[in-house]
Amino acid sequence: MSILEFIKQPWPWYVAGPLIGMTVPILLLIGNKAFGISSSLRHICAACMPAKIPFFQYDWKKEAWNLFFVAGIFLGGFIATSLLSNPSNIVLNPKLVTELSGYGITDYQAMVPVQLFNWSSLFTLRGLIMMVGGGFLVGFGTRYAGGCTSGHAIMGISTLQWPSLVATCCFMTGGFIMANYILPYILLLG
Amino acid sequence: MKNNIKYLLVGIAFGIVFVKAEVISWFRIQEMFRLQSFHMFGVIGSAIAVGILSVWLIKKFNIKTINGEAITFTPKTFNKGQIYGGLIFGFGWAITGACPGPLFAQIGTGATVISITLISAIAGTWVYGRFKDHLPH
Repeated sequence: MSILEFIKQPWPWYVAGPLIGMTVPILLLIGNKAFGISSSLRHICAACMPAKIPFFQYDWKKEAWNLFFVAGIFLGGFIATSLLSNPSNIVLNPKLVTELSGYGITDYQAMVPVQLFNWSSLFTLRGLIMMVGGGFLVGFGTRYAGGCTSGHAIMGISTLQWPSLVATCCFMTGGFIMANYILPYILLLG
Repeated sequence: MKNNIKYLLVGIAFGIVFVKAEVISWFRIQEMFRLQSFHMFGVIGSAIAVGILSVWLIKKFNIKTINGEAITFTPKTFNKGQIYGGLIFGFGWAITGACPGPLFAQIGTGATVISITLISAIAGTWVYGRFKDHLPH
């Protein structure tokens, strides 16, 4: 097996997790920066539509590194898909496959299920709730909580901040409630 | 600008890991919240373990940045927003299958419609900023 073939396989958690964790010391060492991605959304607001709101009145240019970082994440997604992608479908728990097929979700080729997230379903009730509503909850919730998975779950817990542990438990609780008790009804909307 | 190129490069590496480990997969997020796979718990857990160890080493050996600057940590204070906001973000995470970082990576994989989800997330951030003082904290 060549190195490229090796890289193209899906990476196991024990390779990916430590690499993601290494982002914490790398950002600290190259520029004394605290890992956190949801702040980028705030900087975009401050740069594009501050609207005299005190929360967006600060020198966002000083935080521009964060915007370069998320631009890199976008490019990384593009590079991994165009050059390093794995042609076979994702391997999932058969219980999930059975459940999702009940909602007509049968295509497992992409990271994002094309049968749910596509331009033509954007203006269906299900599409609006999932793409527009879901995005709104992500942006509103992370800012209200003061951070997301990177800022709280990884950076916050790494520096032993108990408020971040509380936030992370709430992220998981919210996700558990939505995925098991609410999302099935949204998926049924077709 | 020049100074920020290094963050772009770290972001690229990070985005590649996201895709290759299927961390940005909507399906993997569903498996995690249905407790059907260890994968995402392993990724998040081992990332935190490496983070804790590296921060401990930085503090213990008083390691400086590459420019010789002292590394600083900002303590977080608790407020109820971490509970309410945390639950709301959790709802959004399970619907979209993405946190803020993965949204950018998902668009990069060619799921262009996720740019609408990203714009909506920016709008959510804006609405929080607008009504911040009226929300319980």
